[in-house]
Amino acid sequence: MAINLRELALKEERLVSGHRLCAGCGASIIVRMVLNAIDEPVVVANATGCLEVATTIFPFTSWNVPWIHSAFENSAATISGVEAAYRALKKKGEINREIRFLSFSGDGGTYDIGLQALSGAIERGHRAVYICYNNEAYMNTGIQRSGATPRGAFTTTSPAGKVIPGKPQKRKNLTEMMVANGAKYVAQASPSHWRDLMEKVKKAVNTDGPAFLNIYSTCPRGWRTPDNSAISISRLAVETGAWFLYEVEDGKYKINYKPAKGFKPIEEYIKAQGRFAHLLKPENAHILEALKKDIEEEWNRLLRLEEVTNR
Amino acid sequence: MKTQVRKIAIEGNEAAALAFKQVNPDVVAAYPITPSTEVVQKFSEYVANGEVDTEFVPVESEHSAMSACIGASAAGARVMTSTASQGLALMWEMLYIAASLRLPIIMTVANRALSAPINIHGDHSDAMGARDSGWIQIFSENVQEVYDNIFQAVKIAENENVRLPVMVGYDGFITSHSVETIELLDDDVVRNFVGKYRPKYTLLDVDNPISVGPLALTDSYFEFKVAQAYAIENSLPIIKQVGKEYGDLTGRYYDVIEKYKMDGAEYVIVAMSSTVGTAREVVDALREKGLPVGLLKIRVFRPFPTEDIVNALKDVKVVGILDRSMVPGSFGGPLYHEITSAMYHFDKRPIAQAYVYGLGGRDITTNHIEKVFEELMEIGKKGKPNPLTYIGVRE
Ligand SMILES: Cc1ncc(C[n+]2csc(CCOP(=O)(O)OP(=O)(O)O)c2C)c(N)n1
Ligand code: SF4
Ligand SMILES: [Mg+2]
Repeated sequence: MAINLRELALKEERLVSGHRLCAGCGASIIVRMVLNAIDEPVVVANATGCLEVATTIFPFTSWNVPWIHSAFENSAATISGVEAAYRALKKKGEINREIRFLSFSGDGGTYDIGLQALSGAIERGHRAVYICYNNEAYMNTGIQRSGATPRGAFTTTSPAGKVIPGKPQKRKNLTEMMVANGAKYVAQASPSHWRDLMEKVKKAVNTDGPAFLNIYSTCPRGWRTPDNSAISISRLAVETGAWFLYEVEDGKYKINYKPAKGFKPIEEYIKAQGRFAHLLKPENAHILEALKKDIEEEWNRLLRLEEVTNR
Repeated sequence: MKTQVRKIAIEGNEAAALAFKQVNPDVVAAYPITPSTEVVQKFSEYVANGEVDTEFVPVESEHSAMSACIGASAAGARVMTSTASQGLALMWEMLYIAASLRLPIIMTVANRALSAPINIHGDHSDAMGARDSGWIQIFSENVQEVYDNIFQAVKIAENENVRLPVMVGYDGFITSHSVETIELLDDDVVRNFVGKYRPKYTLLDVDNPISVGPLALTDSYFEFKVAQAYAIENSLPIIKQVGKEYGDLTGRYYDVIEKYKMDGAEYVIVAMSSTVGTAREVVDALREKGLPVGLLKIRVFRPFPTEDIVNALKDVKVVGILDRSMVPGSFGGPLYHEITSAMYHFDKRPIAQAYVYGLGGRDITTNHIEKVFEELMEIGKKGKPNPLTYIGVRE
């Protein structure tokens, strides 16, 4: 299952250039990594959002693999139909290929409006990999808050106002919900740690049942970050504890990034992004503190879960 | 060639499920709702007992039901589902997408009122809310028609020049839960009639990747929609053709409309679904008395059979158009709107009277229909119609 760079370089691209995602957008980087980590033929369902809109502007398409988009909240339901069709036609002997099924949706399409369809698909056990490319807001409609938006972040529906400076709530822990939902393989990944990401994809597609990947995805447009910072910000997210790398295989937790000397200060991550600029003002110090507390609590919880499930 | 016909006493929903079973589709994704629940239940039994090869997807909502149907159909599977009322309303977004993606999904709808107030009984509000979604809509008068229409729907939907989803409606409770004796087809006859589904492009053809459902902007969206409009228009002769083929096979011929005692009829009622059965009785009785009355049944509402309807009505004096749904804030129901619009350009046309009846399952009896005919005759004398009339309501 090892990833060999030399072999990777020779692989045909499954999402080709020419699409209209912004320069520095994490989504296309992630999709290419995901698709190139898989050896089998795949079929992709894609929810409405930046990725879908920017990669298939008729009459063009960037997808070199079969792809379907139908709506925003239903890519998990859509791929569950495709997968059911596959099983039916395979049973009847009309198909004899091994095919893998992927669903890509943004955080809006998974954490929020698509949660029900995702939960249902996972509960029913369709063998597919459900991938959230998580840019922590509704970017396609112009940077509105989602359940994945971190506390304090600016979005256009959680503006940095005088009275309410950024999003007041902490983000929903969707990854944990997917564990509780019974997904057989669940992981968080980041494109800065590409080998980790691609190995997780391999595990996910080889899981005989539903798998869920939550992948950190930069958005220079919405985060107010430079175009050339996709990977450096992704790395900072991991190194400051803004995004944990871990996986849960059949209920067993494994943390994939544990800094020996502790996480870097979250301020480094905050300072690098315009969406958090207001948190550096003295009057908003309490929000930054709350954000730190969110991270700490979540980290301690993860450590405990790792310990308990590996006893 | 007609062999020995098998007959069975069966409820509407069971007949629908039986028809599904005989088609033996690749995928059924469905969610229960009164009054169509038994279709899903019965079909689950067939699946659990290994009587079909179908992959049954017991989804968590109707929105996901239609989404899964869309995914499965785009993957090249023959797909069926059933719903009603709130379920159809929840699917609304996906109905348009199924039609625009040109996916031949078959759906039965046990037509039921829409909330609020919540009400589980029959009217046509659900289907009428979907009338612009691009689906072909067929309405069934009785259990036999439910059964027959499902087979025809498969053949119509999958016709290469159509490739559109088809909705087969029947009245909630009145038809869904009534036991009728119907004639059955043998499985092999059904399978021969519907044939094999062989779509040209599918998601599972991984060597020839396609992108289904792209973004189409100002330069191309309109053409997609017009192509879709032509497809549903062009389905009309195909629906007739399939109805004839089905008649040759079973002796039960189907057209897009049905004229009942329309020869020389001066006062005519237009209706859909089970009410047609009630109206037949009244027409028979009044004809016995020598009154020139007739009945026009609309079986296919989408595509709207404009020419057939206009031709059927052109020599009529007064037509009463019975809608089992309402368009609040307007002057009649959807049938009334469409029929009167269709006749607008013709010099010879009847006076049209709008009726709304039976909302939330309110009974419509032979007495009501007799009164309608009486009113139509008065209107004939008066020379102009009354305002929109509600039948059987306390005002
Ligand atoms: C039912 C529905 N509601 C709202 C929208 C508008 N809409 C399209 S994409 C989108 C946000 C997408 O956010 P996300 O899933 O995070 O993907 P991103 O664009 O950020 O990649 C919204 C709100 C829609 N298309 N459909
Ligand atoms: S707005 Fe953000 S998510 Fe959307 S394409 Fe641009 S960078 Fe990517
Ligand atoms: Mg997003």
